[in-house]
Amino acid sequence: MGKAVAIIGTGQTKHGRRSDVCYPDLVRESVTTALQDAGITLKDIDGVVLGTMPSMMEGVSSTHFYFAEAMGALNKPVMKVETCGSTGQSIGHCGYYWVASGMADIVLVVGSEKMSEGDGQATMTTVFDPFFQRTFAAGAPGVFTMQSMEWMYRFNIPEDKGREAAAMISVSNHDNAMDNPHAHIRVRVTMDEVKNARIITYPVRLLDVCPASDGACAVIFASEEKAKKICKKPAWIKGLGFRGEEFFYGESDKAIWMSATEAAKEAYKQAGIRNPLKELDVAEIYNPFTYQEMIFYECLGLCPRGEAPDYVLKGTFKKGGQLPCCPSGGTLCSNPIGATGLIRLAEAALQVTGKAGARQVGGAKLALSHAMGGVDQFNGVTIVGSKL
Amino acid sequence: MAKEYRTIRNDVALPYQWALGKTWTRFFDGLKEEQIWGTKCTHCSRTYVPARTFCPDCFTDRTEWVPVKPEGKIVSWTLVKATYHGQVKPPPYIIALIQLSGTDCGFHHFIGGVETENIKKLRQKLKKGAKVKAVWNPEKKADIYDIAYFAPVK
Repeated sequence: MGKAVAIIGTGQTKHGRRSDVCYPDLVRESVTTALQDAGITLKDIDGVVLGTMPSMMEGVSSTHFYFAEAMGALNKPVMKVETCGSTGQSIGHCGYYWVASGMADIVLVVGSEKMSEGDGQATMTTVFDPFFQRTFAAGAPGVFTMQSMEWMYRFNIPEDKGREAAAMISVSNHDNAMDNPHAHIRVRVTMDEVKNARIITYPVRLLDVCPASDGACAVIFASEEKAKKICKKPAWIKGLGFRGEEFFYGESDKAIWMSATEAAKEAYKQAGIRNPLKELDVAEIYNPFTYQEMIFYECLGLCPRGEAPDYVLKGTFKKGGQLPCCPSGGTLCSNPIGATGLIRLAEAALQVTGKAGARQVGGAKLALSHAMGGVDQFNGVTIVGSKL
Repeated sequence: MAKEYRTIRNDVALPYQWALGKTWTRFFDGLKEEQIWGTKCTHCSRTYVPARTFCPDCFTDRTEWVPVKPEGKIVSWTLVKATYHGQVKPPPYIIALIQLSGTDCGFHHFIGGVETENIKKLRQKLKKGAKVKAVWNPEKKADIYDIAYFAPVK
């Protein structure tokens, strides 16, 4: 680890269909909120990091040019980082590295997406190679569903048991989103509604899948000296991990998923965590698909391989359970993709600083945030704590 | 009611001409002859299909060409009912990850020749490890569609 780094402010838009604002105005909404939260102005910012999905998503290339004014980046160094769904974790790590290196005192990190303006599934299909696999992609649902099937086959998880646990995850995320004023989808759903919703990519149904959201998130990173001076309750970065694997889908084992497993191991090592299920107080896991959330529980070391459905069914990860996951309603209820991984980090920071409002997990001191990107190719994890 | 603000429609369509290089040119030339080519690393012995210029595990270019039988077993599949812009065919259709015989990876393609209406029957046909074989397209263009789909073997 480099020098100590803290999160001193976060800002999120109301996520959803935001045709009331153009894209730069949406970005600015998150930036001004984060500056207010930190109690600083643009003058205090030494550098800006931006991340989004590929340019095809909104049809404007190199959006760090487009958002220069909206991010307050005039006459400041700017970086852009893209790793698809894990972008939000990547840019968070980038902000961390910049401050931890001692080259900046305060860095503004911004993630955004305006998915209502383009075709999300067509965009994500362009992430596949053009010769072999793009044809068979079927957008994000196609590949993530095949991964879930591979996982259920591998561990001999009966179809009904997987279905029951996935439905429970959908119900609890939707319940949680009712507590989150930023969430896109805020409706309660029942087990029957999830199990009988229309099929998207069998066995995945509509209520197993995240929405396409417009939204932005800004997070402000500061050095120890600045954080202690400016912020009453900073969220300290305790550990981070990021791993990638093979580009071709089918070349690596997605039921075990090396990148997710190793990214978490690295973050736990840095944070000194040996038993994540016991030691973590809350987790914000990237869960655009209910079935996939269970694979993450296993890869992040929260339960043994093949046993995630059992843990879900006994309520381990529900509100009030041993380790509440996604009290924000998660990616399942809001997914402005370029912002989503950073939203996970912002939510983790809010939890350990006691600022999470109605979705606060009482007394949370140590929180995990996570995101996944590409054709199941990248995984990033960041752990924050209330103490340095 | 919130005021409905206006949007402006614009399409971005750009032409590309992607180079296949020598390895993938040979691979697709093979498909035209109803032959699937893989490459085996002489260092780690892993066989990948489609063929590779270098071994992704060893990062060496010590690979040799090996013919791969157009048959294998199902690793995973899904019935696609979602639609999106530019989709290659109208749903419903089945995509699958197939481990071709003698290879060490999954191969991505369609499953065809099965009824998609009855999910229970479909699940029975496409159970874990079910055997499938390639059905060739009578008209070939040296691309991935030279294989029309993989069909379950009785």
